Amino acid sequence: MTDAHAHVDEHFAGSNKLFISIWIWLVVMTLIEIALAYFEMSHVIMLTVLLGLSIIKAALIMAYFMHLKFERLSLILTLIPMLVVCILLLFVFFPDSFRSAGLRYQFKEPPPVAPAPLEEP
Amino acid sequence: MSTEARAEHFPAVDWEGGAFPYRVGHRKLGMWLFIVSDSLTFSALLIGYSYLRASNVWPTPFPFYPSIVFASVMTFCLLSSSLTMVFGVSASSKGDKAKARKWILATIVFGTAFIVLHLIEWQHLMHQGLGPFYLPDTWIKAFTTTEGVPPTALFGATFFTITGLHMFHVATGVIYLAVVAARVNKLKHEDVEISGLYWHFVDLVWMFVFPLIYIMSVDMTGQLAKLPH
Repeated sequence: MTDAHAHVDEHFAGSNKLFISIWIWLVVMTLIEIALAYFEMSHVIMLTVLLGLSIIKAALIMAYFMHLKFERLSLILTLIPMLVVCILLLFVFFPDSFRSAGLRYQFKEPPPVAPAPLEEP
Repeated sequence: MSTEARAEHFPAVDWEGGAFPYRVGHRKLGMWLFIVSDSLTFSALLIGYSYLRASNVWPTPFPFYPSIVFASVMTFCLLSSSLTMVFGVSASSKGDKAKARKWILATIVFGTAFIVLHLIEWQHLMHQGLGPFYLPDTWIKAFTTTEGVPPTALFGATFFTITGLHMFHVATGVIYLAVVAARVNKLKHEDVEISGLYWHFVDLVWMFVFPLIYIMSVDMTGQLAKLPH
C-alpha cells in the first residue's frame, strides 16, 4: 500500500509570488466588471464581456488555486469537458424562454373579462 | 539494481496510468467529482434564472450603495480568502502545520466576513420589502413597462435561492475549514489540499453569481433612483 502511495505527488507546485499575481489579476478583472455596470452599453455586449471575464477568472482559479494546471492531463480531460458539455446542454431551454417572452399578454387594451364559468350540471 | 528498477516500472509505462491513473488519491478524486456535480447544480440554477429573466419583465434595482459596494467588498473577501487558503495548502505541503493552521484561520475570518456582509445586504433588501415571492412597491412602480406590464416577483425567488445556496456553501466551508484547522496536526497534507479545493470552488461559483445577479441588475438608467420618495 505504501508503495502505491509513493506514486501520489505530495508536492504542491507554485510559488507564493505566482499566487499573489493570480490574485491581483482576479481583483483587477473584478474591478473591470464593476466598472462595466456604469458604462452605457447594450445588455448583450455587457453580458458577453461579463461572462468572458468570469470564464477567465474561473479558469485562473481552477488552474492555479485548485492546482489543476499541475495535475495530470488525464484528470483535466476527465473533469472539464463533461462539465462544459452538460452546461451547454442546459442552453436548450433558451429558445423556449425567448418564445414565452413574446407570448406574454402586452396589456395594450384592458384585459378581456373572462366569461362566467358554466354551471356544473 | 538499475535494471531491476526499470523492470518494475514497465507495467506503468505501458499505459502511463499505473495504479493511480490521475496521480491523485481517491479522496481528492472524490472531491473533484463532487465539485463537478455541484457546479452543475449552480449552473442549472443560474440558467433557470436566465430563463426567467429573458421571458419576464425584470427589475434592475441595485443602487451603487449599499448593494454594489457590499457585493464588491464580499467578492474581495472571497478572492482574498482563496489566496490565504492557497498559502495554507502551500505551507502544509512543506510540512509547516502551524503556519498552515494560521492561514486557514485567516481564510475562516474572510469567509465569516463574507457571510456577515451578505446577511446585512439581505437585510437591506428585505427592509425595502423584497421577499421570495413579492417585490417592494417602489420597484413595481419604477419598472412597470410603458405597456403596463409589471416586473415579475420571481426576482426575489431567484435572488434568494441562488445567493442563499451559495451562502450555505460558504457556511459549510467555514465549518469544514474549522475542523481541518483544529485537526491539522493529525491530518495528511492531501486532506488539507482537499479542503482547499472545496473552498476555491465556493469562490469560483461566486465569480459567476456576482456578475450575473449583481452587476446585471444595477439600476443603470436610474429608474428607481428617479422616483420621488
